Amino acid sequence: MSVSVLLISRSSPWSGLAAREALDIALSGGAFDLPMSMLWLDEGVWQLVGEQQPQQLEQKNLPAQLSALPMFGIEKLYVAQHSLEQRGLTEADLMLEVSVVDAGQIAQLIEQHQQVLSL
Amino acid sequence: MKFVLLISSAPQSPATRRALRFAEALLESGHRLERVFFYQEAVHIASKLLVYPQDEPNIAQQWQAFIQQHQLDAVVCIAAALRRGVVDEGEAQRYQLQASNLAQGYALSGLGQLHEAVQQADRLVHFRGQA
Repeated sequence: MSVSVLLISRSSPWSGLAAREALDIALSGGAFDLPMSMLWLDEGVWQLVGEQQPQQLEQKNLPAQLSALPMFGIEKLYVAQHSLEQRGLTEADLMLEVSVVDAGQIAQLIEQHQQVLSL
Repeated sequence: MKFVLLISSAPQSPATRRALRFAEALLESGHRLERVFFYQEAVHIASKLLVYPQDEPNIAQQWQAFIQQHQLDAVVCIAAALRRGVVDEGEAQRYQLQASNLAQGYALSGLGQLHEAVQQADRLVHFRGQA
């Protein structure tokens, strides 16, 4: 039985490599068929917002890469409700199908997974 | 207990020093350190070109000595390392670079090494420092 991993992505998409390197952990875990879930928290929620123009920053399209997650078998995707609210975002602003979770549910997620990584 | 350490803090980060002290304490307490995985800014710890002022502790050198002394499995993420200019001789040849700088005792490899270690560990401890 594989160990379940919750990956918490907390970095904004364009402030450096952190968001991209968190995603790389998720995608590589998916490639090995490992049970991985992903939670976007804090500034990380900006990664999910649609209609970004990364070409203006001469960056790869991170949101497009995020949409590859289900293809890699990573379908348990969550976003923190309070992080969205703090930034004036709603579910309608997001380009990926994710479950909105409150603080209690986040605590449950951390409890349910055997390992937790926060990047 | 089987431990795996993930380190993603820069050499200068206090987290890098704390990670080493934690690793030392693990072994002293009779635990096993299955693998240390260096990711993100932590790949610079594995560079042999870091130079510290004489009156400052050289944490990168301390890490290397610790790894060599205990024959630890120290893996540096290859993708994170290459884009930050940390390369071994093989990669230097492959990309026709003029030099390599990966210190002895470390190995460049992929994220699969992190996943494999996490799957086998009783405890995964992450030292991340400030992004």
